[in-house]
Amino acid sequence: MRTLQQTTQEVLDLAATHFHVPAGTLAPEDDFFKKLGIDSLQALEMLSRLENHFAIELPDFEVQGVSDFKTLAERIQSRL
Amino acid sequence: MLDLTQYQSIGAALKDALDKFADEVCLIEADREKEKERIIYREFKSRAYPLARALQDAGFAPATRASIIMTNQSKWLISAYSIFHCGGILVPLDYKLTASEQWQLLKHSDASVLITEYPIWRLLAASPERRSATSLKRVLITEAPPNADLFGAERWEDFRGSGEPPFVPRLRKDIACIVYSSGTGGRPKGCMMTHENYLEQCVALTSLYPFWPGVRYLSILPTNHAIDFMVGFFGPFICGATVVHLRTLRPEYVREAFTKYKITYASLVPLVLKNLQKGLQQRFDELPPAKRRMFNFLRSINVALTKSHPRPAISRRLLGAVHQAFGGQLRTLIVGGAFTEPQTLQFFYDLGIPVANGYGLTEAGTAITVNDLKPFRADTVGKPLPGMKVRIADPGADGIGEVWVRSKTIMAGYLNEPELTTETIVDGWLHTGDLGRLDATGHLQLVGRKKNMIVTEEGKNIYPEDIEAVFENLPVKEFCVFAANYVWPQRSLSSEQLVIALHLAAGSTYTEDLRQKVIACNNRLLNYKRIHGVVLLEEDFPRTASLKIKRNVLAERVARLDRASAILPL
Repeated sequence: MRTLQQTTQEVLDLAATHFHVPAGTLAPEDDFFKKLGIDSLQALEMLSRLENHFAIELPDFEVQGVSDFKTLAERIQSRL
Repeated sequence: MLDLTQYQSIGAALKDALDKFADEVCLIEADREKEKERIIYREFKSRAYPLARALQDAGFAPATRASIIMTNQSKWLISAYSIFHCGGILVPLDYKLTASEQWQLLKHSDASVLITEYPIWRLLAASPERRSATSLKRVLITEAPPNADLFGAERWEDFRGSGEPPFVPRLRKDIACIVYSSGTGGRPKGCMMTHENYLEQCVALTSLYPFWPGVRYLSILPTNHAIDFMVGFFGPFICGATVVHLRTLRPEYVREAFTKYKITYASLVPLVLKNLQKGLQQRFDELPPAKRRMFNFLRSINVALTKSHPRPAISRRLLGAVHQAFGGQLRTLIVGGAFTEPQTLQFFYDLGIPVANGYGLTEAGTAITVNDLKPFRADTVGKPLPGMKVRIADPGADGIGEVWVRSKTIMAGYLNEPELTTETIVDGWLHTGDLGRLDATGHLQLVGRKKNMIVTEEGKNIYPEDIEAVFENLPVKEFCVFAANYVWPQRSLSSEQLVIALHLAAGSTYTEDLRQKVIACNNRLLNYKRIHGVVLLEEDFPRTASLKIKRNVLAERVARLDRASAILPL
């Protein structure tokens, strides 16, 4: 079982890879819309990648209004 | 299709439709790759009647206000029908708003019944705003897990009465819905829409884009939005067509739905349309050179053959692979909610997929103008729909002026805002606040905005006064949020941005610390509501006798600054 810290790191790494951002430039508190310069559709694509990576399903309502990596990681952690 | 001129209300028309099309499929609901259910009109009625009866047994009187906050799904439509059957007034709210915003609108609308989904209710119930919502008497929630804490609500699935519920007739002039066009801040704008507004709008729209049994409409825009309410509920239902709901809006499942369910129509916001364009263009670019040349050749033939009007059968034969990617049955994509780039519209039209772009305001029903495709004009928002009178007020030498509209689809007024109503509707003409011109062929071209607001690519209307509260604790003397294009008028409706004007306290400067404080406040807003930059001002803001900022006077002062150098990006 992953710890929340591990989950958060994996979320950051996957986002960095997916959006071609240098590893280590993203922080848990970052707003992913602003930091990655993405729109809501791209955020949904990122969620699909995360679901595949963690082998979970994240219903849309679970991530409604979420815009920072830390909260996103917490929502993922609760479903692991 | 039912003859809507014979009906007094939405409820009466829908009631007859449920019987007339009893054996047609009315709803398909899918969750990711799984189809959850498929129901016919007869079944819809058998689910709606017990709910309507239970509401009546619980004392639901005519004109009672009932709100729905749900994602797009069958229970949204079943609940809405039940409310209309009982003669109620529907208050559809956006499920994407925060709990605090939803409570503000629930209170403003004076709704006494709320129908919502368990995950949404969990957030609403935990919000401190709940305590002051005294008018709300009953909450029904769908899909609550077994043994879940319902926080004082009742299960929608168990709220059933027995026996046929008496139908409560309403008149055309009665209020059918209160629809919020914006305003979760100081001044919510609740548009009071009459039954006549919807009946007339439906007749006008279906005359251009007809539905019939067998047509499948993919419902993606939130159903509380005027467009989806009309073309994803009322329109298809009174024609016996099918509405397809998806419980997730992940792009991969939306794409799959087109082919899986052979979609005929879908409504999209410009952001989604651009995303589809990007995906298609990428696939075209990846074609081997010979295939790409062949594709470009076939597309150029399609362009030549569809110059005067669409020819779906020919386009499907010429560009079969593209059309198959959309299921092969797609007649038109409807785009609305915000400005769409002409090149995006043209891209799809050249592929033989017409995009019905138009122009509308919640205050004017659903749509004022729609592209009639005869011929397709990507540079305009189409011609006025039948029954709509459009005029350009005080046009300049270039023919540009404010767009005014008059029709039977114009709202009765703003809820609890008689002054705002009289400012907005003058002698029957709705002053839209948008700038445009009518060309020689009667097509409307929009060129900008007169009002202090922005519309995002996702179709969200954002008014500066609605977001200012989050900046209240900034250590500055005073501040004011503006739409940049309102201050510095542009002949453009794309890439609209909000900026905050700051007047610093005497002796202080715009430091990195202050910038971080602005960012921290900004981050408390939903991402699409955020400001993009700061403008520094050195003089006191002009104010009224009651100390309200004179926004228009301040805007004139800000406009004297050079836009490019005045806006400091965050």
